[in-house]
Amino acid sequence: MDSALASDTPYLRETVRTALKILVVGHFAVGKTTFVGTLSEIRPLRTEERMTQAGALVDDLAGIEDKTTTTVAMDFGRLTLSDSLVLYLFGAPGQQRFTRLWDDLARGALGALVLVDTARLKQSFEIMDLVERQGLPYAVAVNHFDASPRFPDAEVREALDLAPGTPLVSCDARDRRSSTQALISLVDHLLTLDPETP
Amino acid sequence: MTRRRNERALVRPHVVTGGRAHPTRNVFDLVTLVIFNGDLPRHAGGTTPQTPRQPLSTAGLSPEKLRIIELCRGGALSVVEIAGHLGLPVGVTKVLLSDLVDDGHLTTRAGSADGRQSRVRLLQEVLDGLRARL
Repeated sequence: MDSALASDTPYLRETVRTALKILVVGHFAVGKTTFVGTLSEIRPLRTEERMTQAGALVDDLAGIEDKTTTTVAMDFGRLTLSDSLVLYLFGAPGQQRFTRLWDDLARGALGALVLVDTARLKQSFEIMDLVERQGLPYAVAVNHFDASPRFPDAEVREALDLAPGTPLVSCDARDRRSSTQALISLVDHLLTLDPETP
Repeated sequence: MTRRRNERALVRPHVVTGGRAHPTRNVFDLVTLVIFNGDLPRHAGGTTPQTPRQPLSTAGLSPEKLRIIELCRGGALSVVEIAGHLGLPVGVTKVLLSDLVDDGHLTTRAGSADGRQSRVRLLQEVLDGLRARL
């Protein structure tokens, strides 16, 4: 089980000084876990947090709650971007009621990549509200599912009520290059929001 | 999909933390880097161990704390990685880490709260790092 901790644990380089985080958000089964897994240099890890909040779980968490606490899972992965810099990607659950977890996740985060499925655009509304309420800058990436309809960008923008400057890109969460491009669009956007800072 | 690690937990989390829900210090972000203090000299800029240099006794530490120390002995990890590797909830992990920092076993290095570098430079570094992966 986990007795082999130190031997196969992917530790950080000794030179790493800064750790950053970006959230990968979206509704259930939109591809968050896949996206994080595609980009992570370590086997993605899952951690669970208990919430003292009532409410039946409807997600992939069924079966581990009890009457007084709910447990919410998040997947995360890691990318070493330079000798001194490491980036963590967090696949964040998209329910409003996990506010405390969201506060923790959003604090200090660079921004969020919102994954959407064009077949279920409406399901993205709640998560976008959540991201906006946290004041997180974000980009939207349409994760292409073979069965999902392809809409012109303008229609997706309108449906999601995106601000003109908010990037809307396509990606395939299973593909490393495509997923990297989606992250690059987000970071590019973050730079345009912050051009004057010395 | 990753298997659920909590399934093997033998006691409820608040037992592990001695009933406490909050860490003694509020310095832990999910991506705060945690470093084993053992044989390292005092590190400027991080949290200061109370008893530097001396090999600290781990006698009397709970099994969970010993597991954290064992894990951290191998190298630096973020708070959330420690929680993930040990199958502990993040909140519990923060409480335990906080104790271990207080005791001088571990040191932290602020992750995202690094104020010295401007945000733009940092973002540019992220961008460069991502582009290099294409």
